[in-house]
Amino acid sequence: MQTYIADSIDVAVIGAGHAGIEAALASARLGAKTVCFTINLDWVGNMPCNPSIGGTAKGHLVREIDALGGEMGKAADANTLQSRMLNRGKGPAVHSLRAQIDRRDYSAYMKHTMEKQKNLLVRQAEIIALEKTENGYELTTSLGAVFKAKSVVLATGTFLKGKIFVGEVNYDGGPDGTFAATTLSESLLKLGLPLRRFKTGTPARVLRSSINFEKLEKQEGDEKVIPFSFETETPPENTVCCHISYTNDATKEVILKNLHRSPLYGGVIEGVGPRYCPSLEDKIVRFADKKRHQLFIEPCGKNTEEMYLQGMSSSLPEEVQIQFYRTIEGLENVEIMRPAYAIEYDCIDPIALFPTLEVKGNAGLFGAGQFNGSSGYEEAAAQGLVAGVNAAKFAKGEQLFHLTRSGSYIGTLIDDLVTKGCADPYRMMTSRSEYRLILRQNNADERLTPIGYEIGLISEERYNKFKTTLEIKEKEIERLENTFASPSKEINEMLKEKGTVPLSTGIRFADLIRRPQLSIADLLPFDSEHPDLSEELLDKIETEIKYSGYIKRQMATVKEMHRMESTKLDVDTPYNEISGLRLEAREKLSKIKPLNIGQAMGISGVSPADISVLIIWLQRKGN
Amino acid sequence: MQTDTIAAISTPLGEGGVSTVRISGDNAFQIAKKVFKPQSNKDLEKMKGYTAAFGKVYDGDELLDDAVALVFRNPKSYTGEDTVEISVHGGTHLIRRVLRAVTSAGARLAEGGEFTKRAFLNGKMSLTEAESVMNLISAKNDRALNIATKNKEGALSKKIKAMTDKLLFLVSQISVFSDFPEDETLCISEDDFLTSLKEILIGLNTLISDYDKGKLIIEGINTVIVGSPNAGKSTLMNLLSKTKRSIVTSIAGTTRDVVEQTAKVGDYILLLADTAGIHQTDDEVEQIGIEQALNRLDTADLCLAVFDTSVPPTEDDKALINRIKNKPTLLVLNKNDLLSSGGEYYEALDIPFVKISALTGEGEEKLVDEISKLLKLNELDPNAEMLINERQYQTVQRAVASVTEAISALEGGITLDAVGILIDDGLAALLELDGKRITTEVADEVFRNFCVGK
Repeated sequence: MQTYIADSIDVAVIGAGHAGIEAALASARLGAKTVCFTINLDWVGNMPCNPSIGGTAKGHLVREIDALGGEMGKAADANTLQSRMLNRGKGPAVHSLRAQIDRRDYSAYMKHTMEKQKNLLVRQAEIIALEKTENGYELTTSLGAVFKAKSVVLATGTFLKGKIFVGEVNYDGGPDGTFAATTLSESLLKLGLPLRRFKTGTPARVLRSSINFEKLEKQEGDEKVIPFSFETETPPENTVCCHISYTNDATKEVILKNLHRSPLYGGVIEGVGPRYCPSLEDKIVRFADKKRHQLFIEPCGKNTEEMYLQGMSSSLPEEVQIQFYRTIEGLENVEIMRPAYAIEYDCIDPIALFPTLEVKGNAGLFGAGQFNGSSGYEEAAAQGLVAGVNAAKFAKGEQLFHLTRSGSYIGTLIDDLVTKGCADPYRMMTSRSEYRLILRQNNADERLTPIGYEIGLISEERYNKFKTTLEIKEKEIERLENTFASPSKEINEMLKEKGTVPLSTGIRFADLIRRPQLSIADLLPFDSEHPDLSEELLDKIETEIKYSGYIKRQMATVKEMHRMESTKLDVDTPYNEISGLRLEAREKLSKIKPLNIGQAMGISGVSPADISVLIIWLQRKGN
Repeated sequence: MQTDTIAAISTPLGEGGVSTVRISGDNAFQIAKKVFKPQSNKDLEKMKGYTAAFGKVYDGDELLDDAVALVFRNPKSYTGEDTVEISVHGGTHLIRRVLRAVTSAGARLAEGGEFTKRAFLNGKMSLTEAESVMNLISAKNDRALNIATKNKEGALSKKIKAMTDKLLFLVSQISVFSDFPEDETLCISEDDFLTSLKEILIGLNTLISDYDKGKLIIEGINTVIVGSPNAGKSTLMNLLSKTKRSIVTSIAGTTRDVVEQTAKVGDYILLLADTAGIHQTDDEVEQIGIEQALNRLDTADLCLAVFDTSVPPTEDDKALINRIKNKPTLLVLNKNDLLSSGGEYYEALDIPFVKISALTGEGEEKLVDEISKLLKLNELDPNAEMLINERQYQTVQRAVASVTEAISALEGGITLDAVGILIDDGLAALLELDGKRITTEVADEVFRNFCVGK
């Protein structure tokens, strides 16, 4: 094939899924000349799986992306069909926002946002080769265009050697009828990247009018919707309703009878699937004693009758799918529009990455999203943002940045990936963070907006607004700590009704808020001086007062972790020469090359004793 | 960078059959080869672990002695490093010469406890095991030795691990709650949570109360002997310590300042303080002595109050009883050899007492029994695992505080995500206790007092 030099740019992003979008936008917004390549321009920001964004722990990621200046939260707010704050009443650490999204509108919004972005070109092209040169990288498209880039972000999602499985049928392909990128992997292997196969899957889309909703449990959105973005002023409204149904013995029977026809159990799929998002056949085999499994029926958009069956992904043959879906209550006559399928793809072992998401041994090459072994739109977008910022920084010759585990779920996600690695597609979970009560979704701005401002993704205007709100919050907390509620018939009636002790003398409002039975809203009628604050701010204030003792305790742990994280380790620390380190620790440390003691502590196979040896070694070296 | 190679004499100094210098570190073999020449053509560096060579030790060209060199290979040695032990004939001077030869050959003198510190750092033993090595070496009596040995074998580690595991289970339940908060069937119930926490608290509290008793056994019982002048305090002291350090005369007020003595009484170590007889006096010197005696009374673990039963109780005696009746006191009714009657007043006081003759020693065994009962040392299971130092004690106290708070938070209706923080804190304390979670401060603190050579 004859090639031609197309352009010389700062940053090339391969892929325009959720990771690629954030990477390209962040890079361009930081002033780097950026080109984002996609195999099909009509599928920018596609949601090939759930038509939803957020959920437990994932909602935290979206808030954090927004706090850093990313796009996902705003796009979600602009295209929300229904929104719910999950786990209300279960403690502030687990509150999480989840929204149903119009997937075609979301895609159009993202495409248009990228098109309008200065310094950014979205280009339909398949990259077939990536080569390292003296000044960076050369990317070749399937039509022979050669782009020279200082840095590159790999955000290939499930496209890299993508292979679709439906029962006994399988073929090369990307999600939703796109074609796969079949040749790029060779270049990556040549660059020394450790590639492997992962697998994921999606349920069928079915026709709305073939569902009998009368039999089904309804799930409505929240009365008062809280937006994802700290910048969204008018919250979106709920326009749709979701429904719940359950599998039964008949479903189980169909699946067990046809298990041998699943490529997963027949051994045709070699890739490892996500543990926390299993296919229905997986669930039925692994949780054999469970009588039924829940499913959610979710609309895919305003202008479509396609409905998504959340929790029902499968790689069984099409006719088996029809059979088992029709065993489910409400779906007796269901018509499939697109069948469920599994997809297998190439990705990197993330241990090969630094916390900056740069590939070890390939300066200027970054990975993000499913390519790094994660699963989920939100996980992808979070990494895309970090990779995009660093790709731009690299192109400009600036120092790369990374987020800490004690400061964000994004930092935790990336630290888990690059330090512990992952045996199956990594999904963000609340339990992955040791600092849950501090890493709340309602304070993502306080944790990350100053960092976003420093990076250059948060405008002066937004930053000032953020600081003003912060001041208002602190002033109000101080006021509540110093203002007394006096006993009255009304307040005591309310207190008795809530099941808590009535007042005999004056008591600080803050102390009343600390009672588990009371909320800040219960007290507003008795607090004549209270300023008029937004519900979000009140929620923040209530959490901080109610849990102040616990937050303080966790802050002490965070500080300790910060100390460990600020004890830097050289990338070329000679671990093999440090005696006292056990053999396994030497090997792991040499491979992972942690940037600091905090990261080293998270490596499995590195014991506290090894950490002591390292600390002592550093001290001696310092002396 | 390599760890330097350390050396020290690892047998007691003095005349003995054999004395040993231990060399440990990356260069142990090279250094040993410079001072030890095997009789056969064996090369120390090529010898297998756990094998020995016979030969001669030199300091430069000067022959010091015949010797046996024992080779240990990393990681199968006490420290986990390459180690050579050179044994020569016993004798303080000789072994010091050998050590000097070894240090001239490139080894550094080991700091106190450094071998054990390395053993811990190399993962050869847990922190509590390492700490018990120190206690083992300095054990003053059989009971203390017993406790140290048990801990060295990991009994305390096992007990801590059992509690750590229980807390870890609760932490895992909180993880389940955090990940799937809407599915209440996945996590154990709050009642089960509370039950578990309460069980853990009981275990921790047992460790705390045993510690106070164990401390008396390991470190000795701070004992003050009080009584009226010439009641026989010094005679008792001399009887218990089997010396004649306190001057005994029939002149009351002979002991004017505090005389101290360590005595092994039965299984226990008594850190005895003989004091001036407490009574009304105008003698200025004696008065100072009496004040000292009263001060001692406040800080003592045990008060032995000696009374002369051959004479009726005086006003001074009665005043003293008032002073001591609320302290851990044992009335020692003395001079039973002279007259067996006269003790009735004391026996009726509802304070534990024992009748002895300090002069003849009659009743001493009974005294030991009564001390044991009074301090509840008899309730201590001699085979139980035990905390052995203040660091361990403070750490368990922290765990107790966290678990106690977690229980009251849960009972008060606080959500599991917040309660989890308290449980995390308790878990962190227990992990720190056994060195599973380490800070440099802890390591330095623990190893500062270790003796050289172990």
